[in-house]
Amino acid sequence: MRTIAVIRRIFQEMLRDKRTLALLFVAPLLILSLMYLLFNSDAPLPRLGVVNVDDTVVDKLEGEDIVVIRYAQATETTIVEEDLDGLLVVEDGTYTLTLKNDEPTIAKPLQAKITQTVSSEAMSSLIRNNLGEQAPLFDLSDMQLGISTSYVYGDSETVFFDVLMPILIGFFVFFFVFLISGVGLLKERTSGTLERLLTTPIKRGEIVVAYLTGFGIFAIIQTLIVVFFAISVLDLNVEGAIWHVVLINVIVALVALSLGILLSSFAASEFQMVQFIPVIVIPQIFFTGIIPLDSMAEWLQAIAKVMPMYYAADALKKVMYQGLGLGDIKWDLVVLLSFAAIFIVLNVHALKKYRKL
Amino acid sequence: MNAVIRVEQVKKSYGKRIVLQDVQMMVEEGKIYGFIGPSGAGKTTLIKLIVGMDEPDQGEIMVLDKRVPNMSLFQRIGYMAQSDALYTELTGEENLRFFASLYSLGREEQKRRIAYASELVNLQDDLKKRVAVYSGGMKRRLSLAIALIQNPELLVLDEPTVGIDPELRASIWGELARLKKEEGKTIVVTTHVMDEAERCDVVGLIRGGRLIATGSPVQLKDDYQVNSLEEVFLKVGRESR
Repeated sequence: MRTIAVIRRIFQEMLRDKRTLALLFVAPLLILSLMYLLFNSDAPLPRLGVVNVDDTVVDKLEGEDIVVIRYAQATETTIVEEDLDGLLVVEDGTYTLTLKNDEPTIAKPLQAKITQTVSSEAMSSLIRNNLGEQAPLFDLSDMQLGISTSYVYGDSETVFFDVLMPILIGFFVFFFVFLISGVGLLKERTSGTLERLLTTPIKRGEIVVAYLTGFGIFAIIQTLIVVFFAISVLDLNVEGAIWHVVLINVIVALVALSLGILLSSFAASEFQMVQFIPVIVIPQIFFTGIIPLDSMAEWLQAIAKVMPMYYAADALKKVMYQGLGLGDIKWDLVVLLSFAAIFIVLNVHALKKYRKL
Repeated sequence: MNAVIRVEQVKKSYGKRIVLQDVQMMVEEGKIYGFIGPSGAGKTTLIKLIVGMDEPDQGEIMVLDKRVPNMSLFQRIGYMAQSDALYTELTGEENLRFFASLYSLGREEQKRRIAYASELVNLQDDLKKRVAVYSGGMKRRLSLAIALIQNPELLVLDEPTVGIDPELRASIWGELARLKKEEGKTIVVTTHVMDEAERCDVVGLIRGGRLIATGSPVQLKDDYQVNSLEEVFLKVGRESR
């Protein structure tokens, strides 16, 4: 009963605080939409410089919506100076493609188009040459290998919105729930109402459960809004089951909730709570796979293993991107739930600061 | 007379700082007991030990025949903290109802107690307003109403009149006297205003974590042959140094 009383009070307060509600429900949608628009906006046609390339190939490239500009001679410097997106050079029958790659979203499709055009052209010329004779066996992939690709900026390991999106959804749920629950309990600490609460017969565990449930319900609503907004409005492709996505995010919210409440006991003011964001929240996003973990030093990979977002992102990528099922993400979920369990126990303990009993 | 509170040889320190030492006292049923002393003397710490939010390092405290801290005592003690611990986004009534449900009062009883407590502190016309728009005095009164909500046998009030205008202060003290007389409540208050101490049945002077003198105001003035409690305080302070 006392738990319900606290939950009801949290609801009354939250529903009266329109700005916090807006932050919780609208802000993630705003950021997601913005990122979607930025990543998916219509890019200008890619500009490709060519040197010594056959006319038929050039025609085909132009047919692929590529602006082709001929040069007698060109180097990497030409790419930068002439603002080209790539440079295709034929020397002794070998194609060499140099990509500027300052915008991976332009460079990737450009590379794909050129590879395809060049190899199909090579194939048809082979067929033409061998007409009437016995056609030699050739392999398309060999043809593709005929083009060697190098990059001016970055490398081919650059990520796309599709991979980013599952991570972002999980991260936003984590971030906003962490912030709002943390500040929520902090307000109760600084205003003295938590102490006052603890002079009533309420048990410490009841307070923690009430906070988890009260804010948890808001977190679940937020998760549902974010997930369905991403799927229906932003056309996000989910390979696996949608309810798995929701399940993962609800668990993420639980972790964020219990962590936020816990850390609020180490903050003396709202500002100090905000200080946890660069220390606790932001570093997590680096270990979600946005930067490939395999390329990290071993001790960094070990750090990733203690970050809740690492498991959350792994599970979300598996479900949303790779279309895997519950069986493949069960360990991620177990680890996340363990995080939550540890934080909850610590929370009940941390309230001893106010009342020993 | 029954002792509602019995404090035996209590010592409390935070880290190396000793906050309370050798505190020995008792509060009889149906009396107003006032702790007086300067800020930082240990009044609030002693109050928190009595309410059961903290444990003494040494000694023991018995409240209503139970050893503190004890979960079952929270229902029987009405506590008012030094700072107004109110939910400012909620109305006065919602605050009262919230605390009433924490004390597991039934629906009918909640209604009755909210009406009673709010009338007592003269807030019945402001119950529908958000606490955020309350004045300092109204917040103080609401805190007092919350302390009374579950009809506790013992009231523990930490500086109930701080920041309140003289007229309201008089009316609160009038209420405390009435609660004592008509409902037989035992009341413990802290204050650093000497004229308030005059209105207590028994006062305990606290200084530097020690209870340096106890007795009724009249008795203390007689013992130290002075005309006001303030002088008692100064005189005892000098002697104990």
